[in-house]
Amino acid sequence: MNTATKSRRKTRKSPISTGSEWTFELINQYYDEIARIAAEFGLDTYPNQLEVISAEQMMDAYASVGMPVMYNHWSFGKHFLSTHKNYQRGAMGLAYEIVINSNPCIAYLMEENTMTMQALVIAHASFGHNSFFKGNYLFRTWTDAAAIIDYLVFAKKFIADCEERYGEEKVEELLDSCHALMNYGVDRYKRPQKLSLEKELARQSERERYQQSQVNDLWRTMPQRAEVERIDAPRRFPEEPQENLLYFIEKFAPLLDPWQREIVRIIRKIAQYFYPQRQTQVMNEGWATFWHYTLMNRLYDDGSITEAAMLEFLHSHTNVVLQPGVDSPYFNGINPYALGFAIYRDIQRVCTEPTEEDARWFPELVGSDWRQSLDFAMRNFKDESFIAQYLSPKLIRDFRLFSILDDDYQPRLKVSAIHDDEGYRYIRQALAEQYNLASREPDIQIYDVNTRGDRSLTLRHFQFQRRPLANSVHEVLKHIARLWGFSVKLDSVDEEGKTVLSYECKVEKRHGQ
Amino acid sequence: MFQLIDRRLNGKNKSAVNRDRFLRRFKSQIKGAVAKAIKDRSITDIEHGEKVSIPVRDTSEPTLGHAHGGVWERVFPGNKEYIRGDEIERPEGGGADGRGGAGQGGDGEDDFVFELTKEEFLNFFFDDLELPNLIKTQLQQTVVLKPVRAGFTSDGTPTNIHVLRSLRSALGRRIALSATPLDELNAAQERLDEILESEDEHSPEVHVLQSQIRMLKNRLMNIPFIDPFDLRYTNRIRVPSPTTQAVMFCVMDVSGSMDEYKKDIAKRFFILLYLFLLRVYERIEVVFIRHHTQAFEVNEDEFFHARDTGGTVVSSALKLVKKTIEQRYSSVDWNIYVAQASDGDNWDSDSPQCRTILNEELLPLVQYYAYVEITEGEPQNLWFEYEMVAQQHAQFAMRRIKTAAEIWPVFHDLFKKTSIHAGG
Repeated sequence: MNTATKSRRKTRKSPISTGSEWTFELINQYYDEIARIAAEFGLDTYPNQLEVISAEQMMDAYASVGMPVMYNHWSFGKHFLSTHKNYQRGAMGLAYEIVINSNPCIAYLMEENTMTMQALVIAHASFGHNSFFKGNYLFRTWTDAAAIIDYLVFAKKFIADCEERYGEEKVEELLDSCHALMNYGVDRYKRPQKLSLEKELARQSERERYQQSQVNDLWRTMPQRAEVERIDAPRRFPEEPQENLLYFIEKFAPLLDPWQREIVRIIRKIAQYFYPQRQTQVMNEGWATFWHYTLMNRLYDDGSITEAAMLEFLHSHTNVVLQPGVDSPYFNGINPYALGFAIYRDIQRVCTEPTEEDARWFPELVGSDWRQSLDFAMRNFKDESFIAQYLSPKLIRDFRLFSILDDDYQPRLKVSAIHDDEGYRYIRQALAEQYNLASREPDIQIYDVNTRGDRSLTLRHFQFQRRPLANSVHEVLKHIARLWGFSVKLDSVDEEGKTVLSYECKVEKRHGQ
Repeated sequence: MFQLIDRRLNGKNKSAVNRDRFLRRFKSQIKGAVAKAIKDRSITDIEHGEKVSIPVRDTSEPTLGHAHGGVWERVFPGNKEYIRGDEIERPEGGGADGRGGAGQGGDGEDDFVFELTKEEFLNFFFDDLELPNLIKTQLQQTVVLKPVRAGFTSDGTPTNIHVLRSLRSALGRRIALSATPLDELNAAQERLDEILESEDEHSPEVHVLQSQIRMLKNRLMNIPFIDPFDLRYTNRIRVPSPTTQAVMFCVMDVSGSMDEYKKDIAKRFFILLYLFLLRVYERIEVVFIRHHTQAFEVNEDEFFHARDTGGTVVSSALKLVKKTIEQRYSSVDWNIYVAQASDGDNWDSDSPQCRTILNEELLPLVQYYAYVEITEGEPQNLWFEYEMVAQQHAQFAMRRIKTAAEIWPVFHDLFKKTSIHAGG
């Protein structure tokens, strides 16, 4: 009976295309068909913009972190050279797609791809990633999809102008230093305030009032009050430790020129724009993979694509979600595509065909509408919380996950949990922790500025699990010192608050600055 | 909701600026790598780009990260044998140690390898070198005619027909020719309509007008759509474009004492010089002259591969160079370079003669004369005679090469920018 319905479907609809060649006409047809199905599934997306590019252009896009506009810097040239070399020797294929979190959402189609691959990319990027960009809370909070391209155009022009005015070398030095601190140019906990027009106007008038008070003669004739005796204890600056290093430097570095502050700000803004992507790798790729899988299958069921196309798609899809085991020579960590895809598929399974175990673990999912549950999962989590919430015992068994504890006080490594009843929660927690950016990156904050003496800056590294800093810290300190203009100190503090290690980068006093 | 844009025609070299910046930033490292690459491989394929590797620590972009140490817990897929509580030896090199080590160690220690294009490679290669005595090339330029576009003509071959221009002038002609008859036609038509409305249609004027209209219509019809007169042809004229040309003489001693190894060194030196000249001159002719007791002009293959034995009379080669210049490369039109390689052996009585030929006949004609002596032994009489020449003539340079590794330094030394020949 099943085959009967299938053949009936096929007679109802003939495939959109049969060969592997693509044309603009066909892309339009495929897009319309995919869009129709995506709308049936309720995917909410930004408008789409597809751009057909050549392999060389793809490499260009690679080199500038995928953005269509980017300021110039040697490090992008370095990435380009290594991509170019690898590609030419066939050591790597190019990614099928690059998609940009912008409004309209720009996705690149490579001209070398077959029609099936173009359809896959459209489903993956223009509907999968696109709906994630629009829906996920981190992207909604932190990025402004409508403004990013314009901002990058501004940044590129501003930096080019600076190069012309102050010399390429000075700008390059500054950018090098900012890049070194890029991961510390984000606000992790503070939410950006949404300024309403009303508030903005209120601020504006307040500023005006203040300025007016400066010119009002009455204030000048006020008798001077005798100076209040100062409180002796010098106040710490900053009063509380600051996590956003670039922000602090932009606002308080004593010797920076206004244009330098603006460039620091640009890098900080770009870092903040990419911050959600770094926190949602598994979720984002998993989501896009889930949807290209679902949409392509639906196309096949409808008879819109041929069996040959379906096989080609499955071949490529299987490569994408391949997870080699730890003992395989191809093992290179956990594949975010595989993990994310498996979790979303699993949520779908729990909603539609739950087992007794699922009922104990995910009572709220069982029996719910899988589209709504999936949508909820996509919107309200980041990798860390997503895994902590949704990694099921079945997946842990499927992936045969196990955790290894490496404590440098112990002579040997220890297997701390495997896929058994005692291990499920442990592994879930450990894996979630592995995706926690806050523990992956060293926790370094601005602790003190010597405002009365040599203006030196003191940073603190709060050790987590006794993990030391990598050697690159010496280089990075030089960069911080270059930005700050005075000596910089970094104290590594253990969990009891004792300083274990100190690094310092001294800057000779500069005159005539 | 959706737009599809073809960006393939947009420039593809968006990264060129960044690439250049990278190369500029690491210029000194790349130059070092290029010089090393020269030593390692045969110079014959120097024409191609080169794979260059520079230490990754120079190109790294430092960020703050964790090193290995402290407590790490990591989850892996694909458990086959372990159960909880198993203990494993810590693997060497931190294979399973988590992310801390991976960023720094592992692949981090490899060199950063990338490809330079041929152009870039030669730029680095010959950077800070210059050709001495270029004065003549600026004065003497041979004339080569180069076709360039120069507007349009009304006369030419069919392949050069410019369709747009031709149709445009046809249109112009048609408008011009039809203007008067069209006006007259309209006037006649109006008049006819007037008469037909107000008066009797049998009036004689009607006939006159009707025939006039027919006549005018015919005239309009007969204006040809296109006329030979309309045709326009793209015009190309040949303008002289200045080029410079040079001839390079490779002179090599092939007597029995020059073994394959020495010949190879000589060959490398010649090729370096050839490539270097190629950067300055658009056309270079190479003349190969080999000699033992007699000198012959030969082709490249024979030059390097045929074996001869016997004594050595250097002056025979010098005379042949002189003769060839006089016959084929009159010194006014050509920039002449001579590179001579030898192991220093010569008949004692011949060496002073060489000096005389050089001093009086050859050196006044040539731009530059480089002599390399490939030997590990003591200098012999030829060397001493040449030393006297070098003192008198700035465009004469001589060096000794012992091993292949010295070719590049010697070459570099000969042509470095703060040239010792600068005073000449």
